[in-house]
Amino acid sequence: MFNNKIYHKIDALSGSIATLRAEGVKYNEIAEIESRAGTSLAQVIKLDGNNVTLQIFAGARGVDTAAKVRFLGETMKIPFSEALLGRAFTGSGIPRDGGPEISEDPSPIGQPSVNPAKRIMPKEMVRTNIPMIDLFNSLVKSQKLPIFAKAGEPYNDLLARIALQADSDVIVIGGMGLKYDEYLKFRDTLDRSGALAKTVMFVHTAADPTVECMLVPDISLAVAEKFALKGKDVLVLLTDMTSFADAMKEIAITMEQIPSNRGYPGDLYSQLASRYEKAVDFDGAGSITILAVTTMPGDDVTHPVPDNTGYITEGQFYLKNGRIEPFGSLSRLKQQVNKSTREDHRTVMDAMIKLYAQFKEALEKQSMGFRMSAWDQKLLSYGDEFEKAMMDLSVNIPLEEALDLGWKILASNFAKDEVGIPSKLLEKFWPAE
Amino acid sequence: MTTTGKIVAVSGNMISVAFDGAVAQNEVGYAILGEKRLMAEIVRVRSSVCDMQVFDATSELMVGDKVEFSGEMLVAELGPGLLTQVYDGLQNPLAELAEEAAKISKDASFFLQRGIYLPGLPRDKKWDWHPTAKVGDKVTAGDILGWVTEGIFDNKSMPGHKIMVPFSFRGTYTVQGLAAEGEYTVTDDIATLLSSESKEVKVQMLQRWPVKVPVSCFSERLAPTETLETTIRTIDTFFPVAVGGTYCIPGPFGAGKTVLQQTTAKNAKVDIVISAACGERAGEVVETLKEFPEITDPRTGQSLMKRTIIICNTSSMPVASREASVYTAVTLAEYFRQQGLNVLVLADSTSRWAQAMRELSGRLEEIPGEEAFPAYLESRIAAFYERAGRVRLRNGSIGSITIGGTVSPAGGNFDEPVTQATLKVVGGFHGLSRARSDARRYPAIDPLDSWSKYNSVIEQERVEKARAILRKGSEIGQMMKVVGEEGTSLEDFAVYLKAEFLDAVYLQQNAFSDFDASTPVERQKTMFTVVERALEADYAFTTKDELRKFIMELQQAFIDWNDKSFDSEEFSLGRDALMAKIANASKED
Repeated sequence: MFNNKIYHKIDALSGSIATLRAEGVKYNEIAEIESRAGTSLAQVIKLDGNNVTLQIFAGARGVDTAAKVRFLGETMKIPFSEALLGRAFTGSGIPRDGGPEISEDPSPIGQPSVNPAKRIMPKEMVRTNIPMIDLFNSLVKSQKLPIFAKAGEPYNDLLARIALQADSDVIVIGGMGLKYDEYLKFRDTLDRSGALAKTVMFVHTAADPTVECMLVPDISLAVAEKFALKGKDVLVLLTDMTSFADAMKEIAITMEQIPSNRGYPGDLYSQLASRYEKAVDFDGAGSITILAVTTMPGDDVTHPVPDNTGYITEGQFYLKNGRIEPFGSLSRLKQQVNKSTREDHRTVMDAMIKLYAQFKEALEKQSMGFRMSAWDQKLLSYGDEFEKAMMDLSVNIPLEEALDLGWKILASNFAKDEVGIPSKLLEKFWPAE
Repeated sequence: MTTTGKIVAVSGNMISVAFDGAVAQNEVGYAILGEKRLMAEIVRVRSSVCDMQVFDATSELMVGDKVEFSGEMLVAELGPGLLTQVYDGLQNPLAELAEEAAKISKDASFFLQRGIYLPGLPRDKKWDWHPTAKVGDKVTAGDILGWVTEGIFDNKSMPGHKIMVPFSFRGTYTVQGLAAEGEYTVTDDIATLLSSESKEVKVQMLQRWPVKVPVSCFSERLAPTETLETTIRTIDTFFPVAVGGTYCIPGPFGAGKTVLQQTTAKNAKVDIVISAACGERAGEVVETLKEFPEITDPRTGQSLMKRTIIICNTSSMPVASREASVYTAVTLAEYFRQQGLNVLVLADSTSRWAQAMRELSGRLEEIPGEEAFPAYLESRIAAFYERAGRVRLRNGSIGSITIGGTVSPAGGNFDEPVTQATLKVVGGFHGLSRARSDARRYPAIDPLDSWSKYNSVIEQERVEKARAILRKGSEIGQMMKVVGEEGTSLEDFAVYLKAEFLDAVYLQQNAFSDFDASTPVERQKTMFTVVERALEADYAFTTKDELRKFIMELQQAFIDWNDKSFDSEEFSLGRDALMAKIANASKED
C-alpha cells in the first residue's frame, strides 16, 4: 500500500527533528521533504497517534512549516551493485565524486543480527606487514577491532596503510566527521596504489548534517554484508566511531531522551554492538572484518565511547605517540592463528614483551634515581632498539622478517640464557655471531 | 475469546496498544505485520492503553495495526530435549531458526529473521517413557510420575530425566491412569490425573512455566554449606562458591571474565550447566558451541555438551529478549533442580541485562535513578539471585541452583549501580583487576579485594594466614617502589617474596594449559600444604640475592612438580623433594 498523500504542514521543528500529523505511516519509513532549504530524505523515528516524528537527513535548517512531505512507503535502502566499487558517496548514499547515481538492487540497511549458529570460528590471519600487529597482536579475518587514540594521533594513516596492505577482496570505508582533506587523503592514497578500484567510500565530513553521520556505519555495513554474502572477504574501516556516538547523543538529547552517562543515551552499548557485531565469517559465504577508530576524548579510556567499545570488540590497538603500544593493545583472537604461522612466533612474542616490560621498570628506576645494574643497562639498550626498529609505524616487513628481526634485537643485547627461551628454539633461531 | 488491540504509538522497540477486554501485566501479545507476527510483552498498563516491549525490530509497524493478546505470560517449555540445545533469549532453537529462515532464501538463512518463533522442545522426537508413580497415588505439582532416558541421564550412572506433575497444578491430584512403557513424544498424554474436584486432567511430558515467576514446588530451602568444586585454585581455596550459592565476577574489559566463566562451565562439578550469554560477543558463544561437543566430561565420559544448555542472546540481538534471557536460563535451571540435580547458571553479563532494563525504563519515560538505571534495578537483581538456592524436595532428595554472574562496570569502576546492587545480594565476590590482567596474572581475581562468605576446601584459619602474607607482601611491594630494595629489611623482603611465590604457583593458573587448567580439590589440598610450608618457613639466608635465588628455584621446582599426574609416584616424590628443599633452607630451631 503506497501512501501517496502529500502533507504541507509541519507542526514542530527542533534540531534535525520535525513533527507533523499524518496517517498510514510506517515506523522507520522514509519520507521526502521539499522545502526552501531544498529536498532531503527523512526517516520516521517515532509514531504517536497521528503525530509523526521525522529525522531529516540534511538537518532542519531552513525547513519551513509549509514544507512538502511525501512518504515513500519503504524503509531506508541502499542500491547495490559492483558499480559501487571505486566510488564515493555521502552518508545518505548520494554520489560525492560527481559520478552517476546507482539505483540497482536496492537493499534495506540495518538488517537483523547474524544467527550465531551460522558463524564459523575465526581462524585466518590477516597480514598487514606491521610488526606490532602481525607479530604481537595478529589481526584475524572476521575480527572487530578498534584503534583507541587521542585526537592528533596518525590513526587515519594507520587505517589507510592497513587498507592497502591487508588481503581483502573489497574495502568499505565509512568516514564519520572526517575533515575534507582527510577524505581527499584517503582517496588519493588508495588511488595511487590502485586499491581504489576495490573500494567503496561512504563519507560524512564534519561540514555535513549530523543525521548523515549516524547513517554511515549502517550503510557501509549493509554494503559490506551484500558483498560478503556473495563470497567476498570484506574489510570495513570506520573512522571515527566517537563522532558516530556523538551524533547519536545529539539526536537523543533533541528527542528529550534521558541520558545515562555523560549525556550519551542509555542504549549506547546496544547501538555500538549492533554495528560491530556485523563482523562475521559466514558458514558458507564470505566474511566481514571491521577496523574502527575510536578517538578518546582527553585520552581517557573510561570515557563511555571507548569503554563500551572495549566490551564489544575483540581487543583493541592503543595508538600512542605514533606507535601501537604493546601494553593494553590486545587481539583476543590472536591465539587462534599464531600457533600455525612459524614455530617461534609465540615464543618471540612472549619473550620480547616480557623483556620490554622489564625495560619499562628499569626506565622507572632510572627516573627515580636508583642505581642501574649491568642488567638494567642491557634492558635500557634493548628497549631503545625495540622501539626504534620494531615499534615505529614506518616499519613495513612481513611477519617472517619481523620474527628474524626480533631474534636479531634479542641477540644484540642479551646472552642466549638471559631471554627465557627454551633451548630447542634457541639452537634453531639464535643468530650466529 | 482473546483480547485484541490496536497500535497507537511506536518508538524504538516499544509500542503502545489500545485494547478492549482484559489484559495482564507481562502478558504476551503479537503485533500483526502482514504475514508476520511480532512477539511483545506488556510492561505497563494505563487505563485502556498498554505499553509493550517488542522482541523484534519494529520497522514498518503502523498506528492502527492489530495486536492479538495470548492470555499467557512469557513461558519456557520444560521437558525432555532441553539438554545440548542452543537457544535465543526466548527459547527459540538457533539451528532450527536457520533452517526455517533458509526456506525464505539462502541469504536469509544467515540472519535471525523477525517474526519466526519455534517451539523450544522438538515435537517429533520420541522418548522411552518409564512410569514410576502408581494408580491411586496422591500427587501435587513437581511430584515425579516417571522418567525417560536423555543423553547422560540414562538411569544408570546418572538418574533418568524425571517427568513431573506440571508446576502450575494447584492442589492435590490422584493418579488415575499412566501410559504404558513405550515411546512417546513430549505432547503425547502420559498420565491422567483426577483433581480434588473430580476433574480429569491429561498430563504430557511438556509443561510450560512463566519465566519471570520462581518455581517453588519444594518443601524447604537449605543453607548453602557445601563447597562447589570449580577446580580453580583461587576460587576453591580463597574465594569459594557454595552449591546453591551466588557469586559475581565484576571486571573491566579484557580482564578475563568470559574465559573464567568458560573454564568454570567446563570443569565445575555439577550435573548441569546453563550458560546465558546475555548481550555479549557472538564470537565467544561460537567458541563454546564448537568446542564443548569435542570435550569429554570426566564425570560421565561423554561429551561436555550433553550436560550443557546455552541461552545465547548476543549484543546485537533484540534487547527485549536479552532482558528475558536470564529468566529463561534460571527457569530451565529450576526445572532440573526439581529433579534433584545440581545446576550451575552462568550469566555473562548481568550488566547487559541491567542495561536492557535501563533502555526499557527510558522508553517508558520512568523517573531515572542513578546513571539512568531504573529505581527497581536493585530489587530485580536481588530477586534474580534469590532464585538460586539449595532445596529439599518433597520426596526428600536435594537439588540446587548456583548462580554466577559477571558484571561489566562502566570504566572498570566497581562503584556503579549494577556492581553495588549485586554485591549486596551475592555470597561471593570475585573482583577482577586490570593491574593483574595487564601483568598477565590470570585468573585476574584480585586476592586482596575479593571475598566469599562460603566454606573453603581448606580450613579457614590456614587460608587466613596465607591471605595475611599476601596483604603484607603487597604493602611491602608498594613501599619498595618508594624506598627501593636497598631500603627494605631482609625480613620484609622475605614476606614480599613469599607473597609473590604464593601468587605465582597457586593463585595463577593457566586456563589454556592441559594440566594446569583444572586442579581437583584433593590436589589443591596437597599443593596448599606445600605452599603453606614455604610461607611459614624461616629461611636461613643472609642476603636478599640468595633469598631471591632460592625462591626462584623453589618456584621453578614447584611449577615442574605441578605438571605431574596426581596418582603418579613422581608426584609424591616431588612433594617430598619440595618439602625437603624448604626444610634445608630454613633456620634450625
